[in-house]
Amino acid sequence: MTTKERINIDDVVIRFAGDSGDGIQLIGTEFTNATALSQNDLGTFPDFPAEIRAPAGTLAGVSGYQIHFGSNEIHTPGDLCDVLVVMNAAALKKNLSNLKKPGIIIANEDGFDAKNLRLAGIADEENPIKNNSLDGYKVYIIPITKITRESLKASGLGTKEMDRSKNMFILGLICWMYQRPLAPSIEETKRRFAKNPAVLEANLKVLNAGFNYGETAEIIEEKFKVAPAKMKPGVYRGITGNAATALGLVAASVKSGLPLFYGSYPITPASDILHELAKQKNFGVITFQAEDEIAAISSAIGASYGGSLGVTASSGPGIDLKSEAMGLAVMLELPLVIINVQRAGPSTGMPTKTEQADLLLSFYGRHGEAPMPILAANSPTDCFDTIYEAARLAVEFMTPVTFLSDGYIANGAEPWRFPQTADLKGFKINLATSKDISDNKYYPYMRDERLVRTWALPGTPGLENRIGGIEKEDITGNISYDPKNHEKMVHIRAQKIANIADFIPLQALDSGPEKGKVLILGWGSTYGTIKTACQELKKEGIEVSHAHLKYMNPMPKNLGEILSSFDKVLIPEMNMGQLLMLIRAKFMIPAIGYSKVRGLPFSTHDIVDKVKEIL
Amino acid sequence: MENIQETEHIEAFTSKDLETDQEVRWCPGCGDYSILKQVQTVVPKLGLKRENIVFISGIGCSSRFPYYMETYGMHSIHGRATAIASGLKISRPELSVWIVTGDGDALSIGGNHFIHLLRRNPDVNILLFNNQIYGLTKGQYSPTSVEGQVTKSSPLGVLDHPFNPLALSLGAEASFVARTMDRDPKHLQATLHRAAAFKGASMLEIYQNCNVFNDGAFFIYTDKETKAASAIFVEEGKPLVFGENQNKGIRFNNGKPEIVDLTEGKFGISDLWVHDEQDPYKANLLSRFYDHPSEPGHFPRPFGVIYAKERRTYENIVHDQLDFAKEKMGLGDLDALIKGKQTWEIAD
Repeated sequence: MTTKERINIDDVVIRFAGDSGDGIQLIGTEFTNATALSQNDLGTFPDFPAEIRAPAGTLAGVSGYQIHFGSNEIHTPGDLCDVLVVMNAAALKKNLSNLKKPGIIIANEDGFDAKNLRLAGIADEENPIKNNSLDGYKVYIIPITKITRESLKASGLGTKEMDRSKNMFILGLICWMYQRPLAPSIEETKRRFAKNPAVLEANLKVLNAGFNYGETAEIIEEKFKVAPAKMKPGVYRGITGNAATALGLVAASVKSGLPLFYGSYPITPASDILHELAKQKNFGVITFQAEDEIAAISSAIGASYGGSLGVTASSGPGIDLKSEAMGLAVMLELPLVIINVQRAGPSTGMPTKTEQADLLLSFYGRHGEAPMPILAANSPTDCFDTIYEAARLAVEFMTPVTFLSDGYIANGAEPWRFPQTADLKGFKINLATSKDISDNKYYPYMRDERLVRTWALPGTPGLENRIGGIEKEDITGNISYDPKNHEKMVHIRAQKIANIADFIPLQALDSGPEKGKVLILGWGSTYGTIKTACQELKKEGIEVSHAHLKYMNPMPKNLGEILSSFDKVLIPEMNMGQLLMLIRAKFMIPAIGYSKVRGLPFSTHDIVDKVKEIL
Repeated sequence: MENIQETEHIEAFTSKDLETDQEVRWCPGCGDYSILKQVQTVVPKLGLKRENIVFISGIGCSSRFPYYMETYGMHSIHGRATAIASGLKISRPELSVWIVTGDGDALSIGGNHFIHLLRRNPDVNILLFNNQIYGLTKGQYSPTSVEGQVTKSSPLGVLDHPFNPLALSLGAEASFVARTMDRDPKHLQATLHRAAAFKGASMLEIYQNCNVFNDGAFFIYTDKETKAASAIFVEEGKPLVFGENQNKGIRFNNGKPEIVDLTEGKFGISDLWVHDEQDPYKANLLSRFYDHPSEPGHFPRPFGVIYAKERRTYENIVHDQLDFAKEKMGLGDLDALIKGKQTWEIAD
């Protein structure tokens, strides 16, 4: 028995890595649930390869899952990890540079045999767990595959089936190390293998074996205690960005009373939203898996024309394909939500890697003058609020709205102090009625003082009308090629979107003084990293301010005033400087860009160093 | 087409009520005028409420259609009317949804949505105006143009082998496939009626004359001298006869269709193939009667309802599944959904 007391720590970063067939994402998710239930604040970063099953044991097949949790506020999955758990040689080779020195390595000895070394491109004599290359780390080498087989000897399962449970050993062991409960994992495993009792029993057995190994084998010298975080009182759950997006849409449907129609074509990393929504049929949610991206958005436009909350989602390549139909929605002035879970491009790019390079696409990626509101979520849980707001703006202002998320927050998870339905804002819906008939006619492009037209649903007697993609005459909606009318309509459509600035909140500073030397202006998923960087800088006595944009178009009315209160404005983005270009053009200030396009989020020290450089 | 039942509904509106205040802007003499007129004649007889009717079109000459119908309508983008109509019909099953499209719109740029709509089978009516040419862009060849056809984009003749729209539709699992033409108003009216009455996706190909860029493409099927020998009008339960004074018929010879002369005394009416709209095998054979009329011994081109067999409509399946989910899981509770399965509380 380990007799030593648990060591108290404030926070820790653990990275699980193994073959993509090893169930790394699964144990990452399970450990996250257990950590959430232990009341720590947390952030996660799943880092998986594009291939479903790249050749086993190779570098290309390595799947990772990083979790950062603690008793203090956590806004990022952490830069470098404190603990690296590796199932094989390739996982170690690929991830060692992400480990702090000195850090802890837990390695599956059986993943370092001759075959695995060869697949990882490591010479036999350079086996890292046998030579001294890992000096300076605390290394625990455990024959996980062997122990798993041993504990399942009597199970009657074949070797291959037995080996599939070895991830559960890791889960059990790390739960022991960090004092996490096994109960939620046991429950989830029971659910998952309800129809396969033999496999269920095997998984539970190995899970316990891992936990007991920590407890009794006296190999692991340290065990830790991470006290519950001092978080805002309330009831929490854990959630990923994509799941939060799906829930936000269901909430918008319920609160608005508009049935949700989700037209979508599977694409990484947006498909999970489709999966989540497909489960919500008892809310009347229609999920339509279309034949292609164009049909996905077109069907959503058709549904919206009929009075549904029409939504479509995709990522990079799929968004390109939708652009013509987005223009149609701009022209028709129908509510529509377009979700873009951004990924690294161009073309197929790196589907499982994150990027923020579609901002200018969202603004200008349609022919003609085709403006639409754009909102960007800044964290997994913020996806709920932001998609809800996107849906509300779409319906209230009769316009397509782009919602930007990205692979990082879509797959990342964090604790969520979820709202109550009663606290969500209501929707004002501009349905046309018989009151909108004048001179015996309904004019589809008659507008209110905000320049918003009414929504005439087919089935309403007396409102029969035609709309379309051809330029239309003001008010009547009849086809018009009149030069002055076209110019007028272009201005009306632009002004209508610009007017939304009167109905959105003013920009607030997330932290720091109202004026000073440096403002960091961010948008989207860089939020947590910039926030953490500001906290680090403050600890070092450097005070900078941080503002984070959610409303990208139109921008909050006071943004110019905020920007002008600082000597320098730094804009870090995972692109080549897209918000930078917009801010420079709009406000004519010499904002400083900071680009990173590696398919990976910024690390805290990236931002910290950059601030120091420009100070 | 005698089996068409006139509806007993009192017409709530007339053909005149379906005209809009918009000037019809097709070229003088265009076949589209005839189709518009027959649609405006048939629609009031369908027992529909005018406010429940929606016409959705894509891009092309035919796609101006919705602007001329005093119903709900959307003139959308090229090739996508089928996808837009699918979303509308699925979310609003009670609406009568009509798609107006052309050979370029449906079969070229919108080919993918067209075939997928047919396999899903929502209860919509597709009116495919086929003129074998691109009219709006002023005379390029289309996916139904015939090989060798000289057009602006094929001065030495079209190289591409054409689509056979009926065979394509049957291959895409269509449940209703029919063909008619602009210059036969009576047949057009009757076939429109059948398409509208059918529960499921109705694919009605309408041969339409483009008198500017492809004049006379289908005259062989309407001109007095050639019509009898070139066209065959199929009717449910009736033998396949055609020709001058109905002097020819089609029979099966060892499983293959064969044209026979009914005047020689060797074959009589009882030897002929009897049309069965619900027989997919016969429908597939009929759809293959697509030889160019200039070929010797060619089969006559069939007109009428080639295939009509109802199966469950997509919108019904979708809504049955929603009802099933509601029954099984109970009506969705948003607070419970947001809360999820596992929560924890941070106390004050």
